[in-house]
Amino acid sequence: MYYQTKKIITLVILHTFLLSVALSCIFPFLWMINVSFKTQNAYDQDSGLRLARSFDLSNYKEVLVEAEFWRYLVNSIAYTFITVIFIVLVSSLAAFGFSRLKFPGRNAIFFMFLAAMMIPLPAGFVPIYALLQQFGLLNRAGYILAMTNIGLSISIYLLKTFFDQLPHDLEDAARIDGCSKIQIWWHVGLPLISPALGVVIIFNALNVWNEFVLAKLIFSEDKFMPLQAGLMEFTGRMVTQHTLIMAALTMAALPIILLYIRMQKQFIKGLTAGATVG
Amino acid sequence: MTGTLKQNLINFSFVLPALLIFGIFYIYPFFFSFVLSLTDYNLVEKFSLKEYFVGLANFKDVLTDKDWWKSMYNGGYITFWALTFQNILAFALALAVDKVVRLKKFYRVVFFILPVLSEIIIGLLMKQLLAPDPPGRDVFNNILGFAGINSTENWIGGGYVRLVTALVHCWKGFGWAFVIFFAGLQTIPEQLYEAAKIDGAGSWQQFSKITVPLLMPVITLVIVLTILGSMQAFAMILALNAGAAGETTVPVMVIFSHIEGGTKLAGLACAEGLVLGLMLIVVSFSMFFISKKVREKYGVLPN
Repeated sequence: MYYQTKKIITLVILHTFLLSVALSCIFPFLWMINVSFKTQNAYDQDSGLRLARSFDLSNYKEVLVEAEFWRYLVNSIAYTFITVIFIVLVSSLAAFGFSRLKFPGRNAIFFMFLAAMMIPLPAGFVPIYALLQQFGLLNRAGYILAMTNIGLSISIYLLKTFFDQLPHDLEDAARIDGCSKIQIWWHVGLPLISPALGVVIIFNALNVWNEFVLAKLIFSEDKFMPLQAGLMEFTGRMVTQHTLIMAALTMAALPIILLYIRMQKQFIKGLTAGATVG
Repeated sequence: MTGTLKQNLINFSFVLPALLIFGIFYIYPFFFSFVLSLTDYNLVEKFSLKEYFVGLANFKDVLTDKDWWKSMYNGGYITFWALTFQNILAFALALAVDKVVRLKKFYRVVFFILPVLSEIIIGLLMKQLLAPDPPGRDVFNNILGFAGINSTENWIGGGYVRLVTALVHCWKGFGWAFVIFFAGLQTIPEQLYEAAKIDGAGSWQQFSKITVPLLMPVITLVIVLTILGSMQAFAMILALNAGAAGETTVPVMVIFSHIEGGTKLAGLACAEGLVLGLMLIVVSFSMFFISKKVREKYGVLPN
């Protein structure tokens, strides 16, 4: 009886602790969504702490259409999509090469990619900016190439270690059937590493989607800006129109939150993979 | 078994695209930043070392610049809170989630929402919540009012701004540490605890003699990641209070401000980046070294 009570009390304390922290994580977003449905007037009166009366989408319409917020979303989708495709192609080719093919200097080159992941470069964006400016690449192409590079080392590392664990049987069979190396990479290699590709795609997609510094430096024009730089620009323009800012923030955050809840295993794996390599 | 030249070239061509991008966008900028740090290049005309060379003047400026060291102090302050408050909270949460049976998955999912979202979103959202602008719509103070606390504090610019910024940084980051700690806890074999119980070890002894020593590699990893992440914190603080007139200006914000805007001080920015980068490398390597010593002392095999 005594142990039973003690156990229940412990559980109550644990859950109170966990729930209060969980609430602190959820509340700001519920509040954000709630305010995004309110008129500025209603928000002024209750700080958004009372539930919105209806799902009034006029803030969203104003932000998306009149303030042209859709541009940032479309740009971000395009940058993310193209960059991730580049990274997947380039890094899986390289990983296949490092894992399966032999050439002089292979290990040295692979080690170079590894070393790059461990050196912190707090001002890395300065020489990259200088480089892009020298080559006249302060534009979308330059941004995509620079972002491709940022995801490259970690992706090559993840895919190479995954390749290393796979048996060679299927590739041998394909070779006997007369496939060239590039055909083996495309028809056998890529399907085999698809579980690891999922992690690589999520890690890099989030990385590009959430990127701010390079985007802010490279794009001065509104029409090329991706989401994060656009959000800063937008809130700067809208200073006092809080409900519009909330609608914009909701549009930026909610899709990611929903996607994350739907695929949380892959998200956690993808994000921690990047950090725990070193 | 080395192949023919042709075979080697074909094989090498698989890594060539990666190597090209990496060479242009990592290796070249890496060495270029050392060169740039010796110049007062303005990022406008064509770069020539001869014309812009200033020797070590930038490094002298960095070492004597009060604003830079203020930003290092601010970064250190935030890092201190992240190392203590954030990581202890994350560790406690990991232990608690490990203990409970119900809602385990719910907690894991919720705690990791913040690391998934961008720093800009978190910063802007918290700014909306904390800013007293204009008075009357003072959201956080109104919430405090419900709790019976009367406050008119400006949380994104007043006297508490540095502490508030550090706490928001911790709030954004604890999910990371939580996930890594939690994964680490799952790797400790249950038998060790059972054996300890049979030998009469209490919960505190189990914690201090099994959990902590076995988690030393994970703890070291989290400490290093926290230092690297917090000293390079930037976008969230920019979105939250844009440095609050120097009170929360962090090193990367100083570097960024040299490049954004009108007069560009690329050389100084690179010098600052190199100074900070070098400090971070020294700190993280010595952390791994210390942790190896600690593990040897505890008799846990290094891995």
